[in-house]
Amino acid sequence: MRIFDPHIHMTSRTTDDYEAMYAAGVRAVVEPSFWLGQPRTSPASFRDYFDSLLGWEPFRAAQYGIAHHCTIALNPKEANDPRCVPVLDELPRYLVKDNVVAVGEVGYDSMTPAEDTALAAQLQLAADHGLPALVHTPHRDKLAGLRRTLDVVRESALPPERVLVDHLNETTVKEAKDSGCWLGFSVYPDTKMDEERMVAILRAYGTEQVLVNSAADWGKSDPLKTRKVGDLMLAEGFGEDDVDQVLWRNPVAFYRLSGRLSLDVTGTQATHEGNSILRGVPKDPREPETGPAAPARVPATEA
Amino acid sequence: MTHSRTTPAARTDSTQGTHDDQDRGNAPAQDAQDHAHTGSRAAEDTHSTHSTHGTHTGQSPSGTAPTSSLDDVRRHLTAHLDPAALTWLEHALDEAAAHPGVHGPISVWELRLAEAGRRCGAVYADAARVLILDAARAGTDALTRVYFQGTADERRAVLHALHHLVSGPGALPLVEDALRTNDTRLLTAAVGPYAARHLDPHDWRHAVLKCLFTGVPVDHVADLPRRARGDGELARMLGDYATERTAAGRTVPRTCTASWT
Repeated sequence: MRIFDPHIHMTSRTTDDYEAMYAAGVRAVVEPSFWLGQPRTSPASFRDYFDSLLGWEPFRAAQYGIAHHCTIALNPKEANDPRCVPVLDELPRYLVKDNVVAVGEVGYDSMTPAEDTALAAQLQLAADHGLPALVHTPHRDKLAGLRRTLDVVRESALPPERVLVDHLNETTVKEAKDSGCWLGFSVYPDTKMDEERMVAILRAYGTEQVLVNSAADWGKSDPLKTRKVGDLMLAEGFGEDDVDQVLWRNPVAFYRLSGRLSLDVTGTQATHEGNSILRGVPKDPREPETGPAAPARVPATEA
Repeated sequence: MTHSRTTPAARTDSTQGTHDDQDRGNAPAQDAQDHAHTGSRAAEDTHSTHSTHGTHTGQSPSGTAPTSSLDDVRRHLTAHLDPAALTWLEHALDEAAAHPGVHGPISVWELRLAEAGRRCGAVYADAARVLILDAARAGTDALTRVYFQGTADERRAVLHALHHLVSGPGALPLVEDALRTNDTRLLTAAVGPYAARHLDPHDWRHAVLKCLFTGVPVDHVADLPRRARGDGELARMLGDYATERTAAGRTVPRTCTASWT
Protein backbone atom coordinates (compact mmCIF):
# COMPACT_ATOMS: atom_id res chain seq x y z
CA MET A 1 0.00 0.00 0.00
CA ARG A 2 1.53 3.30 -1.06
CA ILE A 3 0.39 6.29 0.92
CA PHE A 4 0.56 10.04 0.40
CA ASP A 5 -0.49 11.91 3.54
CA PRO A 6 -1.76 15.20 2.12
CA HIS A 7 -1.93 17.00 5.47
CA ILE A 8 0.44 16.29 8.34
CA HIS A 9 2.48 18.59 10.57
CA MET A 10 5.76 16.72 10.70
CA THR A 11 7.53 19.57 12.48
CA SER A 12 5.64 18.39 15.55
CA ARG A 13 6.50 14.72 15.10
CA THR A 14 9.48 12.56 16.00
CA THR A 15 11.85 10.53 13.88
CA ASP A 16 10.14 7.42 15.30
CA ASP A 17 7.03 8.62 13.51
CA TYR A 18 8.91 8.97 10.23
CA GLU A 19 10.21 5.43 10.61
CA ALA A 20 6.77 4.03 11.45
CA MET A 21 5.18 5.96 8.60
CA TYR A 22 7.67 4.56 6.10
CA ALA A 23 7.06 1.06 7.42
CA ALA A 24 3.30 1.62 6.99
CA GLY A 25 3.76 2.65 3.35
CA VAL A 26 3.93 6.44 3.54
CA ARG A 27 6.19 7.71 0.78
CA ALA A 28 5.10 11.33 0.48
CA VAL A 29 3.66 14.01 2.74
CA VAL A 30 2.48 17.59 2.45
CA GLU A 31 2.99 19.74 5.52
CA PRO A 32 0.65 22.73 5.60
CA SER A 33 1.82 25.72 7.59
CA PHE A 34 -0.41 26.30 10.57
CA TRP A 35 -0.23 27.65 14.09
CA LEU A 36 2.11 26.14 16.61
CA GLY A 37 -0.07 25.91 19.68
CA GLN A 38 1.85 28.82 21.16
CA PRO A 39 0.84 32.03 19.39
CA ARG A 40 3.46 33.77 17.28
CA THR A 41 4.09 37.45 17.89
CA SER A 42 5.78 38.63 14.70
CA PRO A 43 6.36 37.90 11.03
CA ALA A 44 9.93 36.90 11.91
CA SER A 45 8.79 33.72 13.61
CA PHE A 46 6.69 32.89 10.54
CA ARG A 47 9.79 33.31 8.38
CA ASP A 48 11.80 30.91 10.51
CA TYR A 49 8.94 28.43 10.38
CA PHE A 50 8.54 28.71 6.60
CA ASP A 51 12.30 28.36 6.18
CA SER A 52 12.18 25.19 8.24
CA LEU A 53 9.40 23.80 6.03
CA LEU A 54 11.63 24.51 3.02
CA GLY A 55 14.89 23.41 4.60
CA TRP A 56 15.31 21.17 7.60
CA GLU A 57 12.02 19.27 7.45
CA PRO A 58 12.38 18.01 3.86
CA PHE A 59 15.91 16.94 4.74
CA ARG A 60 14.65 15.08 7.79
CA ALA A 61 11.90 13.39 5.78
CA ALA A 62 14.34 12.39 3.05
CA GLN A 63 16.44 10.53 5.59
CA TYR A 64 13.45 8.24 6.03
CA GLY A 65 12.66 7.86 2.33
CA ILE A 66 9.68 10.23 2.38
CA ALA A 67 9.17 13.08 -0.08
CA HIS A 68 8.18 16.26 1.75
CA HIS A 69 6.39 19.27 0.30
CA CYS A 70 4.64 22.12 2.05
CA THR A 71 1.90 24.68 1.73
CA ILE A 72 2.50 28.25 2.87
CA ALA A 73 0.02 30.72 4.33
CA LEU A 74 -1.04 32.84 7.25
CA ASN A 75 -3.30 30.45 9.17
CA PRO A 76 -6.88 31.46 10.07
CA LYS A 77 -6.32 31.71 13.81
CA GLU A 78 -3.35 34.08 13.59
CA ALA A 79 -4.99 36.09 10.84
CA ASN A 80 -6.78 37.73 13.77
CA ASP A 81 -3.58 38.97 15.38
CA PRO A 82 -2.48 42.34 13.97
CA ARG A 83 1.10 41.54 14.98
CA CYS A 84 1.10 38.60 12.56
CA VAL A 85 -0.89 39.95 9.62
CA PRO A 86 2.10 41.75 7.98
CA VAL A 87 3.46 38.32 7.06
CA LEU A 88 0.94 38.43 4.20
CA ASP A 89 3.29 40.86 2.45
CA GLU A 90 6.11 38.32 2.62
CA LEU A 91 4.18 35.37 1.25
CA PRO A 92 4.87 36.08 -2.44
CA ARG A 93 8.57 35.37 -2.13
CA TYR A 94 7.77 32.01 -0.50
CA LEU A 95 5.07 31.05 -2.98
CA VAL A 96 7.60 30.87 -5.83
CA LYS A 97 9.68 28.17 -4.12
CA ASP A 98 10.03 24.74 -5.66
CA ASN A 99 8.66 22.75 -2.73
CA VAL A 100 5.54 24.87 -2.20
CA VAL A 101 2.63 22.96 -3.73
CA ALA A 102 -0.32 25.05 -2.50
CA VAL A 103 -1.39 28.07 -0.51
CA GLY A 104 -2.61 26.86 2.87
CA GLU A 105 -3.95 26.31 5.41
CA VAL A 106 -6.26 29.22 4.81
CA GLY A 107 -9.90 29.42 5.84
CA TYR A 108 -11.98 30.20 8.88
CA ASP A 109 -11.48 29.69 12.57
CA SER A 110 -13.96 32.05 14.25
CA MET A 111 -15.32 33.66 11.06
CA THR A 112 -14.17 37.19 11.81
CA PRO A 113 -13.77 40.08 9.37
CA ALA A 114 -9.99 39.69 9.68
CA GLU A 115 -10.32 36.06 8.59
CA ASP A 116 -12.49 37.15 5.65
CA THR A 117 -9.77 39.50 4.50
CA ALA A 118 -6.93 37.01 4.91
CA LEU A 119 -8.82 34.21 3.17
CA ALA A 120 -9.77 36.31 0.16
CA ALA A 121 -6.29 37.81 -0.15
CA GLN A 122 -4.62 34.41 -0.01
CA LEU A 123 -6.98 32.78 -2.53
CA GLN A 124 -5.96 35.60 -4.84
CA LEU A 125 -2.30 34.89 -4.10
CA ALA A 126 -2.89 31.26 -5.04
CA ALA A 127 -4.41 32.31 -8.35
CA ASP A 128 -1.55 34.73 -8.99
CA HIS A 129 1.09 32.06 -8.37
CA GLY A 130 -0.55 29.20 -10.25
CA LEU A 131 -1.07 27.29 -7.01
CA PRO A 132 -4.07 25.39 -5.68
CA ALA A 133 -5.34 26.17 -2.19
CA LEU A 134 -5.78 24.03 0.89
CA VAL A 135 -8.73 25.42 2.82
CA HIS A 136 -9.29 24.51 6.45
CA THR A 137 -12.93 24.42 7.54
CA PRO A 138 -13.71 25.50 11.08
CA HIS A 139 -14.18 23.10 13.94
CA ARG A 140 -16.87 25.19 15.58
CA ASP A 141 -20.07 26.13 13.73
CA LYS A 142 -18.84 23.89 10.97
CA LEU A 143 -21.66 23.83 8.44
CA ALA A 144 -22.11 27.60 8.52
CA GLY A 145 -18.34 27.88 8.21
CA LEU A 146 -18.28 25.60 5.20
CA ARG A 147 -21.00 27.61 3.47
CA ARG A 148 -19.20 30.85 4.09
CA THR A 149 -15.95 29.26 2.88
CA LEU A 150 -17.56 28.09 -0.35
CA ASP A 151 -19.04 31.55 -0.90
CA VAL A 152 -15.60 33.11 -0.67
CA VAL A 153 -14.17 30.46 -3.00
CA ARG A 154 -16.91 31.18 -5.55
CA GLU A 155 -16.09 34.88 -5.43
CA SER A 156 -12.37 34.22 -5.83
CA ALA A 157 -10.26 33.92 -8.95
CA LEU A 158 -9.57 30.30 -8.08
CA PRO A 159 -11.83 27.69 -9.70
CA PRO A 160 -13.22 25.06 -7.31
CA GLU A 161 -11.25 22.29 -8.97
CA ARG A 162 -8.11 23.97 -7.62
CA VAL A 163 -9.41 24.07 -4.04
CA LEU A 164 -9.24 21.34 -1.40
CA VAL A 165 -11.65 21.86 1.50
CA ASP A 166 -10.41 19.96 4.49
CA HIS A 167 -11.64 18.59 7.82
CA LEU A 168 -14.97 17.61 6.30
CA ASN A 169 -17.43 15.28 8.01
CA GLU A 170 -20.93 13.86 7.55
CA THR A 171 -22.54 17.27 7.98
CA THR A 172 -20.45 19.06 5.38
CA VAL A 173 -19.49 16.49 2.77
CA LYS A 174 -22.52 16.85 0.52
CA GLU A 175 -22.35 20.61 0.04
CA ALA A 176 -18.60 20.44 -0.35
CA LYS A 177 -18.92 17.77 -3.04
CA ASP A 178 -21.61 19.72 -4.84
CA SER A 179 -19.27 22.71 -4.99
CA GLY A 180 -16.77 20.87 -7.19
CA CYS A 181 -13.93 21.26 -4.69
CA TRP A 182 -11.64 18.40 -3.66
CA LEU A 183 -12.73 16.76 -0.42
CA GLY A 184 -10.35 16.34 2.50
CA PHE A 185 -11.01 14.28 5.63
CA SER A 186 -8.84 14.27 8.75
CA VAL A 187 -8.92 11.04 10.69
CA TYR A 188 -8.16 11.41 14.37
CA PRO A 189 -8.15 9.19 17.46
CA ASP A 190 -11.00 11.03 19.20
CA THR A 191 -12.14 14.08 17.30
CA LYS A 192 -12.76 14.89 13.62
CA MET A 193 -13.31 11.65 11.63
CA ASP A 194 -12.55 8.04 12.56
CA GLU A 195 -11.82 5.08 10.30
CA GLU A 196 -15.30 3.55 10.41
CA ARG A 197 -17.08 6.81 9.62
CA MET A 198 -14.53 7.52 6.88
CA VAL A 199 -15.26 4.21 5.18
CA ALA A 200 -18.99 4.88 5.45
CA ILE A 201 -18.53 8.23 3.73
CA LEU A 202 -16.46 6.63 0.99
CA ARG A 203 -19.24 4.10 0.48
CA ALA A 204 -21.88 6.82 0.29
CA TYR A 205 -20.02 9.42 -1.76
CA GLY A 206 -17.44 7.41 -3.69
CA THR A 207 -13.67 7.72 -3.91
CA GLU A 208 -13.43 10.44 -6.53
CA GLN A 209 -11.64 13.62 -5.45
CA VAL A 210 -11.49 12.33 -1.86
CA LEU A 211 -8.28 12.75 0.15
CA VAL A 212 -7.71 11.22 3.58
CA ASN A 213 -5.14 12.65 5.95
CA SER A 214 -3.95 12.18 9.51
CA ALA A 215 -3.50 15.92 10.14
CA ALA A 216 -1.16 14.69 12.87
CA ASP A 217 0.35 17.51 14.89
CA TRP A 218 1.30 18.26 18.49
CA GLY A 219 -2.13 17.28 19.83
CA LYS A 220 -3.52 13.80 20.29
CA SER A 221 -3.27 12.44 16.79
CA ASP A 222 -1.88 9.45 14.89
CA PRO A 223 0.36 9.66 11.81
CA LEU A 224 -0.66 6.11 10.83
CA LYS A 225 -4.37 6.88 10.48
CA THR A 226 -4.04 6.93 6.70
CA ARG A 227 -2.86 3.33 6.72
CA LYS A 228 -5.60 2.34 9.13
CA VAL A 229 -8.23 3.78 6.80
CA GLY A 230 -6.67 1.83 3.91
CA ASP A 231 -6.73 -1.39 5.92
CA LEU A 232 -10.35 -0.89 6.92
CA MET A 233 -11.34 -0.08 3.33
CA LEU A 234 -9.91 -3.43 2.24
CA ALA A 235 -11.60 -5.25 5.12
CA GLU A 236 -14.90 -3.64 4.23
CA GLY A 237 -14.81 -4.72 0.61
CA PHE A 238 -13.09 -1.89 -1.24
CA GLY A 239 -10.51 -2.99 -3.78
CA GLU A 240 -6.81 -2.21 -3.76
CA ASP A 241 -7.33 0.18 -6.65
CA ASP A 242 -9.86 2.15 -4.58
CA VAL A 243 -7.37 2.38 -1.74
CA ASP A 244 -4.63 3.49 -4.10
CA GLN A 245 -6.89 6.14 -5.57
CA VAL A 246 -7.77 7.63 -2.18
CA LEU A 247 -4.40 7.29 -0.48
CA TRP A 248 -2.09 7.99 -3.43
CA ARG A 249 -3.52 9.03 -6.78
CA ASN A 250 -5.98 11.64 -5.51
CA PRO A 251 -3.44 13.59 -3.42
CA VAL A 252 -0.90 13.30 -6.23
CA ALA A 253 -3.45 14.66 -8.71
CA PHE A 254 -4.46 17.55 -6.46
CA TYR A 255 -0.98 18.73 -5.56
CA ARG A 256 0.28 18.14 -9.09
CA LEU A 257 -1.95 21.06 -10.05
CA SER A 258 0.96 23.16 -8.71
CA GLY A 259 3.32 21.80 -11.36
CA ARG A 260 5.86 21.42 -8.56
CA LEU A 261 5.32 17.96 -7.11
CA SER A 262 8.53 15.96 -7.18
CA LEU A 263 8.12 12.51 -5.72
CA ASP A 264 11.70 11.39 -6.06
CA VAL A 265 13.37 11.66 -2.71
CA THR A 266 16.43 13.52 -3.81
CA GLY A 267 19.50 13.39 -1.73
CA THR A 268 19.05 9.85 -0.55
CA GLN A 269 20.04 7.86 -3.59
CA ALA A 270 22.57 5.90 -1.61
CA THR A 271 19.90 4.74 0.80
CA HIS A 272 17.29 3.95 -1.71
CA GLU A 273 19.56 3.04 -4.58
CA GLY A 274 17.77 5.30 -6.98
CA ASN A 275 14.45 3.66 -6.27
CA SER A 276 11.90 6.20 -7.37
CA ILE A 277 8.69 6.53 -5.46
CA LEU A 278 6.97 7.22 -8.74
CA ARG A 279 7.74 3.77 -10.06
CA GLY A 280 4.77 1.83 -8.89
CA VAL A 281 4.26 0.16 -5.58
CA PRO A 282 7.10 0.73 -3.16
CA LYS A 283 9.33 -1.95 -1.87
CA ASP A 284 8.63 -3.76 1.36
CA PRO A 285 9.00 -1.78 4.52
CA ARG A 286 12.64 -1.07 5.05
CA GLU A 287 14.63 -2.75 7.72
CA PRO A 288 15.62 -0.42 10.50
CA GLU A 289 18.98 -0.10 8.86
CA THR A 290 21.88 -2.06 10.18
CA GLY A 291 20.19 -3.83 13.02
CA PRO A 292 18.81 -3.21 16.43
CA ALA A 293 21.79 -1.12 17.47
CA ALA A 294 21.47 1.23 14.51
CA PRO A 295 21.28 4.77 15.76
CA ALA A 296 19.07 7.51 14.46
CA ARG A 297 19.82 8.69 10.98
CA VAL A 298 19.42 12.38 11.42
CA PRO A 299 22.40 13.82 13.19
CA ALA A 300 21.07 14.38 16.66
CA THR A 301 24.42 15.16 18.02
CA GLU A 302 24.30 18.91 18.15
CA ALA A 303 20.65 19.64 18.47
CA MET B 1 32.17 5.34 6.87
CA THR B 2 32.15 3.72 10.02
CA HIS B 3 29.69 5.06 12.23
CA SER B 4 26.61 4.12 10.39
CA ARG B 5 24.54 6.66 12.15
CA THR B 6 23.98 9.54 9.90
CA THR B 7 23.99 9.69 6.19
CA PRO B 8 23.07 7.32 3.45
CA ALA B 9 26.63 7.30 2.20
CA ALA B 10 27.85 6.24 5.58
CA ARG B 11 25.40 3.40 5.62
CA THR B 12 26.32 2.40 2.11
CA ASP B 13 29.91 2.12 3.12
CA SER B 14 29.15 0.04 6.12
CA THR B 15 26.91 -2.33 4.23
CA GLN B 16 29.53 -2.83 1.59
CA GLY B 17 31.91 -3.90 4.27
CA THR B 18 34.97 -3.04 2.31
CA HIS B 19 36.83 -1.04 4.92
CA ASP B 20 37.48 -3.60 7.50
CA ASP B 21 40.14 -1.83 9.40
CA GLN B 22 37.50 0.40 10.90
CA ASP B 23 35.86 -2.36 12.75
CA ARG B 24 34.47 -1.85 16.17
CA GLY B 25 37.17 -1.38 18.68
CA ASN B 26 39.91 -0.58 16.26
CA ALA B 27 42.23 1.73 18.08
CA PRO B 28 43.10 5.04 16.55
CA ALA B 29 46.63 5.56 15.50
CA GLN B 30 48.73 6.95 18.25
CA ASP B 31 51.31 8.14 15.84
CA ALA B 32 49.53 9.82 13.03
CA GLN B 33 52.50 9.80 10.74
CA ASP B 34 52.66 6.04 10.65
CA HIS B 35 49.27 6.03 9.09
CA ALA B 36 49.57 8.84 6.66
CA HIS B 37 48.95 6.48 3.77
CA THR B 38 45.66 5.38 5.28
CA GLY B 39 44.24 8.80 4.90
CA SER B 40 44.75 9.03 1.20
CA ARG B 41 43.51 5.53 0.67
CA ALA B 42 40.43 6.30 2.72
CA ALA B 43 39.77 9.32 0.60
CA GLU B 44 40.05 7.28 -2.57
CA ASP B 45 37.77 4.61 -1.20
CA THR B 46 35.21 7.15 -0.19
CA HIS B 47 35.35 8.73 -3.58
CA SER B 48 34.87 5.48 -5.37
CA THR B 49 31.91 4.54 -3.22
CA HIS B 50 30.49 7.93 -3.73
CA SER B 51 30.69 7.82 -7.48
CA THR B 52 29.28 4.33 -7.62
CA HIS B 53 26.14 5.25 -5.81
CA GLY B 54 25.65 8.80 -6.90
CA THR B 55 25.70 11.66 -4.53
CA HIS B 56 23.66 11.80 -1.39
CA THR B 57 24.52 15.28 -0.51
CA GLY B 58 24.68 17.83 -3.19
CA GLN B 59 23.93 16.74 -6.71
CA SER B 60 27.48 17.68 -7.59
CA PRO B 61 27.43 15.38 -10.64
CA SER B 62 25.35 18.09 -12.25
CA GLY B 63 28.50 19.99 -12.94
CA THR B 64 29.18 21.84 -9.75
CA ALA B 65 32.21 19.88 -8.67
CA PRO B 66 34.70 22.22 -7.07
CA THR B 67 37.12 21.90 -9.94
CA SER B 68 34.57 22.73 -12.62
CA SER B 69 34.84 26.09 -14.27
CA LEU B 70 31.62 27.89 -15.05
CA ASP B 71 32.22 27.13 -18.71
CA ASP B 72 32.39 23.44 -17.83
CA VAL B 73 29.14 23.75 -15.93
CA ARG B 74 27.45 25.42 -18.87
CA ARG B 75 28.71 22.81 -21.32
CA HIS B 76 27.54 20.04 -19.00
CA LEU B 77 24.03 21.42 -18.80
CA THR B 78 23.87 22.11 -22.51
CA ALA B 79 24.73 18.49 -23.14
CA HIS B 80 22.33 17.00 -20.61
CA LEU B 81 19.25 19.18 -20.12
CA ASP B 82 16.18 18.30 -22.11
CA PRO B 83 15.27 20.86 -24.77
CA ALA B 84 12.50 22.58 -22.81
CA ALA B 85 14.67 22.95 -19.73
CA LEU B 86 17.59 24.19 -21.77
CA THR B 87 15.43 26.78 -23.49
CA TRP B 88 14.17 27.92 -20.10
CA LEU B 89 17.69 28.13 -18.71
CA GLU B 90 19.07 30.09 -21.65
CA HIS B 91 16.21 32.54 -21.35
CA ALA B 92 16.77 32.81 -17.60
CA LEU B 93 20.49 33.50 -18.10
CA ASP B 94 19.76 36.16 -20.72
CA GLU B 95 17.27 37.83 -18.38
CA ALA B 96 19.70 37.74 -15.50
CA ALA B 97 22.47 39.22 -17.61
CA ALA B 98 20.17 41.97 -18.89
CA HIS B 99 18.63 42.80 -15.49
CA PRO B 100 21.09 42.12 -12.69
CA GLY B 101 20.74 43.80 -9.34
CA VAL B 102 17.66 44.51 -7.27
CA HIS B 103 14.35 45.31 -8.96
CA GLY B 104 11.16 45.53 -6.92
CA PRO B 105 10.35 43.05 -4.19
CA ILE B 106 11.84 40.13 -6.10
CA SER B 107 14.18 40.58 -9.05
CA VAL B 108 13.43 38.43 -12.05
CA TRP B 109 16.70 36.52 -11.70
CA GLU B 110 15.75 35.69 -8.12
CA LEU B 111 12.46 34.26 -9.34
CA ARG B 112 14.37 32.15 -11.84
CA LEU B 113 16.69 31.04 -9.06
CA ALA B 114 13.70 29.90 -7.00
CA GLU B 115 12.07 27.90 -9.80
CA ALA B 116 15.20 26.31 -11.24
CA GLY B 117 14.50 22.99 -9.53
CA ARG B 118 11.14 22.41 -11.14
CA ARG B 119 12.33 23.74 -14.50
CA CYS B 120 15.62 21.85 -14.79
CA GLY B 121 15.06 18.89 -12.46
CA ALA B 122 16.65 18.27 -9.09
CA VAL B 123 19.79 16.73 -10.53
CA TYR B 124 20.70 19.83 -12.54
CA ALA B 125 19.26 22.49 -10.24
CA ASP B 126 22.50 23.27 -8.43
CA ALA B 127 24.37 23.88 -11.65
CA ALA B 128 21.56 25.92 -13.19
CA ARG B 129 21.37 28.10 -10.10
CA VAL B 130 25.11 28.69 -10.05
CA LEU B 131 24.93 29.86 -13.67
CA ILE B 132 22.02 32.17 -12.90
CA LEU B 133 23.94 33.71 -10.00
CA ASP B 134 26.91 34.23 -12.28
CA ALA B 135 24.80 35.71 -15.07
CA ALA B 136 23.25 38.14 -12.58
CA ARG B 137 26.77 39.07 -11.47
CA ALA B 138 25.68 38.43 -7.88
CA GLY B 139 28.18 39.82 -5.39
CA THR B 140 28.44 39.31 -1.68
CA ASP B 141 25.35 41.39 -0.83
CA ALA B 142 23.11 39.69 -3.37
CA LEU B 143 24.41 36.23 -2.50
CA THR B 144 23.81 36.92 1.18
CA ARG B 145 20.25 38.02 0.51
CA VAL B 146 19.31 35.06 -1.67
CA TYR B 147 21.04 32.64 0.70
CA PHE B 148 19.06 33.80 3.72
CA GLN B 149 15.83 34.01 1.73
CA GLY B 150 16.45 30.68 0.05
CA THR B 151 15.32 27.11 0.49
CA ALA B 152 17.95 24.57 1.46
CA ASP B 153 18.43 23.85 -2.24
CA GLU B 154 18.99 27.51 -3.07
CA ARG B 155 21.36 27.93 -0.14
CA ARG B 156 23.37 24.98 -1.36
CA ALA B 157 23.67 26.53 -4.81
CA VAL B 158 24.87 29.80 -3.31
CA LEU B 159 27.55 27.93 -1.39
CA HIS B 160 28.65 26.19 -4.58
CA ALA B 161 28.88 29.56 -6.32
CA LEU B 162 31.00 31.35 -3.73
CA HIS B 163 34.44 30.47 -5.04
CA HIS B 164 33.41 31.51 -8.53
CA LEU B 165 31.86 34.83 -7.57
CA VAL B 166 33.46 36.16 -4.39
CA SER B 167 37.14 36.88 -4.12
CA GLY B 168 37.45 38.08 -0.53
CA PRO B 169 36.26 36.68 2.80
CA GLY B 170 33.02 38.74 2.86
CA ALA B 171 30.76 35.74 2.27
CA LEU B 172 32.17 33.73 5.16
CA PRO B 173 29.01 34.30 7.27
CA LEU B 174 27.14 32.14 4.77
CA VAL B 175 29.64 29.32 5.16
CA GLU B 176 29.50 29.68 8.92
CA ASP B 177 25.71 29.56 8.85
CA ALA B 178 25.74 26.38 6.80
CA LEU B 179 28.31 24.80 9.08
CA ARG B 180 25.99 25.40 12.05
CA THR B 181 23.28 23.25 10.45
CA ASN B 182 23.00 19.49 10.62
CA ASP B 183 21.84 19.26 7.01
CA THR B 184 24.56 17.17 5.39
CA ARG B 185 23.75 18.60 1.95
CA LEU B 186 24.54 22.08 3.22
CA LEU B 187 27.60 20.92 5.13
CA THR B 188 28.95 19.28 2.00
CA ALA B 189 28.51 22.44 -0.02
CA ALA B 190 29.98 24.57 2.75
CA VAL B 191 33.37 22.83 2.81
CA GLY B 192 34.18 23.70 -0.81
CA PRO B 193 37.02 25.76 -2.23
CA TYR B 194 35.75 29.02 -0.74
CA ALA B 195 35.98 27.59 2.78
CA ALA B 196 39.40 26.14 2.01
CA ARG B 197 40.55 29.57 0.94
CA HIS B 198 39.06 31.71 3.68
CA LEU B 199 38.00 29.82 6.81
CA ASP B 200 40.31 30.48 9.72
CA PRO B 201 42.13 27.48 11.16
CA HIS B 202 39.85 26.96 14.14
CA ASP B 203 36.64 27.05 12.12
CA TRP B 204 38.15 24.94 9.38
CA ARG B 205 39.22 22.21 11.80
CA HIS B 206 35.74 22.15 13.30
CA ALA B 207 34.28 21.89 9.81
CA VAL B 208 36.43 18.82 9.11
CA LEU B 209 35.46 17.27 12.42
CA LYS B 210 31.79 18.00 11.82
CA CYS B 211 31.99 16.22 8.47
CA LEU B 212 33.26 13.13 10.27
CA PHE B 213 30.66 13.59 12.96
CA THR B 214 27.73 13.77 10.56
CA GLY B 215 28.96 11.27 8.01
CA VAL B 216 29.86 13.70 5.22
CA PRO B 217 32.67 11.98 3.29
CA VAL B 218 35.81 14.00 3.85
CA ASP B 219 36.70 13.89 0.18
CA HIS B 220 34.17 16.71 -0.09
CA VAL B 221 36.47 18.91 1.98
CA ALA B 222 38.25 21.02 -0.60
CA ASP B 223 42.01 21.21 -0.43
CA LEU B 224 42.08 18.91 2.57
CA PRO B 225 45.60 17.47 2.14
CA ARG B 226 47.20 20.88 1.75
CA ARG B 227 45.44 22.56 4.66
CA ALA B 228 45.81 19.57 6.95
CA ARG B 229 49.50 19.13 6.30
CA GLY B 230 51.42 19.94 9.43
CA ASP B 231 48.25 20.79 11.36
CA GLY B 232 49.05 19.22 14.71
CA GLU B 233 45.90 20.63 16.29
CA LEU B 234 43.70 18.92 13.72
CA ALA B 235 45.58 15.68 14.28
CA ARG B 236 44.96 16.01 18.02
CA MET B 237 41.25 16.68 17.50
CA LEU B 238 40.87 13.68 15.23
CA GLY B 239 42.79 11.52 17.68
CA ASP B 240 40.59 12.63 20.56
CA TYR B 241 37.50 11.97 18.49
CA ALA B 242 38.76 8.47 17.72
CA THR B 243 39.43 7.90 21.41
CA GLU B 244 35.92 8.99 22.30
CA ARG B 245 34.43 6.69 19.69
CA THR B 246 36.51 3.80 20.92
CA ALA B 247 35.59 4.44 24.53
CA ALA B 248 31.93 4.26 23.56
CA GLY B 249 32.47 0.98 21.76
CA ARG B 250 31.78 2.59 18.40
CA THR B 251 33.63 2.25 15.16
CA VAL B 252 36.24 4.81 14.22
CA PRO B 253 36.22 6.58 10.88
CA ARG B 254 39.31 5.48 9.06
CA THR B 255 40.08 9.09 8.30
CA CYS B 256 40.68 9.50 12.02
CA THR B 257 43.40 6.93 11.89
CA ALA B 258 45.25 9.02 9.38
CA SER B 259 46.86 12.37 9.30
CA TRP B 260 48.37 14.58 6.73
CA THR B 261 51.15 15.75 9.00
